[in-house]
Amino acid sequence: MKKLFLGVLTALTLVAGSSIAATLDDVKARGNLLCGVSTGAPGFATVDDSGKNVGFDVDYCRALAAAIFGDPMAVKFVPLTSAVRFTALAAGEVDILARNTTWTYSRDTDLKQTFLGVNYYDGQGFMVKKDLGVKSTLELDGATVCIQVGTTTELNLADYFKENGMSYEPVPTADNAESQQQYLAGACDTYTTDASALHGTRVNLENPDAHLVLPEIISKEPLGPLVRHGDDQWADIGRWVLNALVIAEEKGITKANIDSWGDTKDAEIHRLLGTGDTDILAMMGMPKNALYNAIKAGGNYGEIFENNLGATGGINIERGVNASWTKGGILYSPPFR
Amino acid sequence: MKNYAYVREKSIPPSPPPLIEVGVIGWIRQNLFSSWFNSFLTLFSLYFIFICLIDFIPWAWGGHWNAKSLRECMDLDPNVACFSVLAARWEQLLFGLYPADQYWRPTLTFVFLILSIIPILFPRFFRYFWFSVIYPGLAIWLLWGGSIWSIAIIYIGVIFGVASFTVLSKGVIRSTSVNLTLSIVITLLFFLFLSSTLTEFLSYLIPISLPFVESLRMGGFTLSLIVGISGIVASFPIGILLALGRQSNLPIIKMICVGFIEFIRGVPLITLLFVASVLLNYFLPPGTNFDIVLRVVIMVTLFSAAYMAEVIRGGLAGLPLGQHEASASLGLTYWQSQRLIIMPQALKISIPGIVNTFIGLFKDTTLVSIISLRDPIGLASTIRADTKWNGIYWELYVAIGLMFFIVCFGMSQYSQYLERKLQTDK
Amino acid sequence: MSSTNLPSEKFRLGMLLSDTRYRGTSLQVITFIIFVAVFFWLVDNTLKNLALLGKDVSFAFLGMRAGYDINQRLIPYTNDSTHAMAAFVGILNTLLCAFVGCIIATIVGVFVGILRLSKNWIVAKLMSVYIEGFRNVPVLLWIVMVFALLTEFTPAPKAFKGANPEATMFLFDSIAITNRGTYLPAPVWGQGSTFLIIIFLISVLAVIFFIRYAKELKKNTGRNMPSFWISIGILIVPTVLFYFILGKPVELNYPYLKGFNFKEGIHLRNSFIALTLALAFYTSAFIAEIVRSGILAISKGQTEAAASLGMKPNKIMSLIILPQALRVIVPPLISNYLNLTKNSSLAIAVGYMDVRGTLGGITLNQTGRELESMLLLMGFYLSVSLFISSIINWFNRSFQIVVR
Repeated sequence: MKKLFLGVLTALTLVAGSSIAATLDDVKARGNLLCGVSTGAPGFATVDDSGKNVGFDVDYCRALAAAIFGDPMAVKFVPLTSAVRFTALAAGEVDILARNTTWTYSRDTDLKQTFLGVNYYDGQGFMVKKDLGVKSTLELDGATVCIQVGTTTELNLADYFKENGMSYEPVPTADNAESQQQYLAGACDTYTTDASALHGTRVNLENPDAHLVLPEIISKEPLGPLVRHGDDQWADIGRWVLNALVIAEEKGITKANIDSWGDTKDAEIHRLLGTGDTDILAMMGMPKNALYNAIKAGGNYGEIFENNLGATGGINIERGVNASWTKGGILYSPPFR
Repeated sequence: MKNYAYVREKSIPPSPPPLIEVGVIGWIRQNLFSSWFNSFLTLFSLYFIFICLIDFIPWAWGGHWNAKSLRECMDLDPNVACFSVLAARWEQLLFGLYPADQYWRPTLTFVFLILSIIPILFPRFFRYFWFSVIYPGLAIWLLWGGSIWSIAIIYIGVIFGVASFTVLSKGVIRSTSVNLTLSIVITLLFFLFLSSTLTEFLSYLIPISLPFVESLRMGGFTLSLIVGISGIVASFPIGILLALGRQSNLPIIKMICVGFIEFIRGVPLITLLFVASVLLNYFLPPGTNFDIVLRVVIMVTLFSAAYMAEVIRGGLAGLPLGQHEASASLGLTYWQSQRLIIMPQALKISIPGIVNTFIGLFKDTTLVSIISLRDPIGLASTIRADTKWNGIYWELYVAIGLMFFIVCFGMSQYSQYLERKLQTDK
Repeated sequence: MSSTNLPSEKFRLGMLLSDTRYRGTSLQVITFIIFVAVFFWLVDNTLKNLALLGKDVSFAFLGMRAGYDINQRLIPYTNDSTHAMAAFVGILNTLLCAFVGCIIATIVGVFVGILRLSKNWIVAKLMSVYIEGFRNVPVLLWIVMVFALLTEFTPAPKAFKGANPEATMFLFDSIAITNRGTYLPAPVWGQGSTFLIIIFLISVLAVIFFIRYAKELKKNTGRNMPSFWISIGILIVPTVLFYFILGKPVELNYPYLKGFNFKEGIHLRNSFIALTLALAFYTSAFIAEIVRSGILAISKGQTEAAASLGMKPNKIMSLIILPQALRVIVPPLISNYLNLTKNSSLAIAVGYMDVRGTLGGITLNQTGRELESMLLLMGFYLSVSLFISSIINWFNRSFQIVVR
């Protein structure tokens, strides 16, 4: 309440300082990270029965908080709908937006945001009921399509059907759960959204075998965390925490075995975990063990994926292109040196 | 007197009315089957009730309460309700993400709320009105926590201001307005310079504090109540001022009030909430950022103040003009006559309208879900995003609807009771 | 005591606040200054903030390609149209929903309001349950639930397929109710249909003149004419006659199932039906209460006086009670229409593309122009509201009881 009251006082007495510049200092002064997440996207961000925030995006923010404070719980999750997410970030209500957001040119330039990388390579797909007899997206001429409003999928859908000279009838819905309900009730022939969500939805349906995710992926949807333009140090921290999680998987560093790498010959691991002599994390103003803490928080990228989007998370999404490049995927972090 | 054989001396004892005119049958005949049209209506209504309940009752009655997930419910019996989601999440629906070990705080706040409105509702208990006055501060402290002194200081400041006004009035300056201005300045100075030091000192001296709970964790029904009640309490005085301003004969003040009221009433609440969540940051000095719940409360307050102003204006218009003239002829000043003559009567007339405004406002708090706050409806979509409960629908919405219905119906019954009770002139 | 003295003529600064002659003016000046200062402060902040974010205030985005599709469009629109066009489609959708919603709400509301006064106990109670149920549950919840009801309990188009379909169309295969919406036959205006419309309009005029004449007749001679049946006759007979003479210029285009969906016909989407019905039912509960209290406000003496003049109950209602009750009913009724229009901004919950969904939703989201979009949106709602309140004011002025 004191904060609240002071907030009013600040507003009233016109005492104001710009918070745009040094986000890291603000975060440190505040003692926690403000992370914008989805109000509810299966596997990416939701709240479990005990009231705890869980999800893929949630775990990334926990890793970031662990890197800054050494405490993965020093983060507050601000639920944001897709309509208010960019303004919330621009206004400084959150320090980082990890809300399965697609990296596009106009968001990067016109909306003045900096994407930190890709934590999930997605693409827009279609799910249909098997008894519809459709085997390809190109057979969907005249179909009714369920789609979430306020996302890039809407624009892709319009473009795709136009390119192929097909017509369609959009049924816009407010969120994923709503789309799913409409699709199941048969209010639309096909449900389109990011393929990850489709696969996730499908396996949880009452009879997954009665549904089919069509093979065509009609768009690229690289999802990633983002921050405001103009604070490169903060962007670097977010970017390299993400990269560290990816490198950790490459090198086989897991939450369980992270402490047993003391005598490895691999210099990059020493640099990463801060066990070597050189402290290169100081270059971005972070303590030596920052990335060690980040990995320790929720494990490496693979573990986070498995716990939230994989079988353990109950969604059963295949790694596919999101596997490390060493295993045939396209997840590839720049070298840590 | 002569006896005429054909004159009866004793009246015939009244025979009981025919069986079909009294008792249950009579009632049914008179109320349900008085004409063929009425009979048709009755039968149609009965049929309607029947088809509504035939599916609902078995669905609700046999509902599962103990399953761990929707899948488990479906495996047990897919044709009945899966209330297990309520069993698993009822705490979230009531308290949002409030820390589980602190649930007693919102609960206590709610109990105190009922206690604090008793003096307002029942004149018998008016001597406990002081509790209603300290309640807002108490509620804020209980809900958000922190040191008790950071709230108490507001009360201390106000008391300080009132005291300074009293002292000044007894002093040399005789003008009320000058004294008022001076004491307001003194109070402001107190808040600007003295309050923080005093708070720290008092907190050090008598440390009473609760763990701080940030607004992000407020949710569920608690959030609806916080937004609804603080909106209505704060909008009441603003509403009175706006209503007076609209009735005023000072053109500029009248214009500003009318403009404000018409603007607020002309746009949907959802756009105002959107302004609160997205645009308010544009209107404030760069870098200021304050609590989203507070922003929403401010917007809701402004919104209901405009409606309140119209309700009170209705009350003012309902008063005979003679009341104004009579109080003026007694030599009462504008504020005196408002305070002693006009307002008590006008407010009495407008109480049902005020309660209705409150019911409307309380229902409208569900709109905060659209700007991503976790009120019951917002929570419903969060719950549905959990893979365990993905696909649940009616159970959640029926439960939320029922919660709102109980509260709103209770209030509307109270307002009708008041309406009947206040009809003193008939 | 100095208070008994006459106020001194010499002007002091303090008199600006204490003297009632100056106080009003000085108060206003102070208020005005504060008002202007706050206003400029807000504008200044906004400009500073925008500069900080590297944004400007520009409405140029309205001329850019929208890129998204809208399913319900009353005017031609494709994803190549501009954002302004999208906003306009949204405005029309809002107005359509509000218009249809108001009509349904009025009909249902009047009906329920009168039935609540019914002597039939079960009907009166049922209507109370209806009113209390709709009034005391948030409208957002009703919108969502009606939508779910429509999608869950109506058949999918697929169910109409095959030799032995699970679902059938109504009214000689002309209306299909599916969980994607309701399909109605659409009229096709052929050769000579303009002439037919003109005939119809002329008969409407004739009906109006006839009713005037009947009233006049009743006033002058007291003779009653069966005006209802005659009006119906005038309205229908010539049009039907010419319909056949002209060789059926207007044909109905029946919806039929082809591919995934029904084709042809008029498609009322479920999002539209759900939103409109939910808003109409919700508002009708309020209207019912207004109608009920309006009728009750007319003193019983009026009914009794009319009855003692020998009027029949339906004449009493239409000639004595309703005209008087209307004066009480109409202003709150219109303000409920306004509420309905404003509540239609919740359309996003069912994915109906109203003006908030297009201009204040997708356009705002894709272009990042919050300030401009919200300003336009508020401007739209404000003008609708001002229009409606001017109707209320006009009504109040015209139908006020003249107190003598």
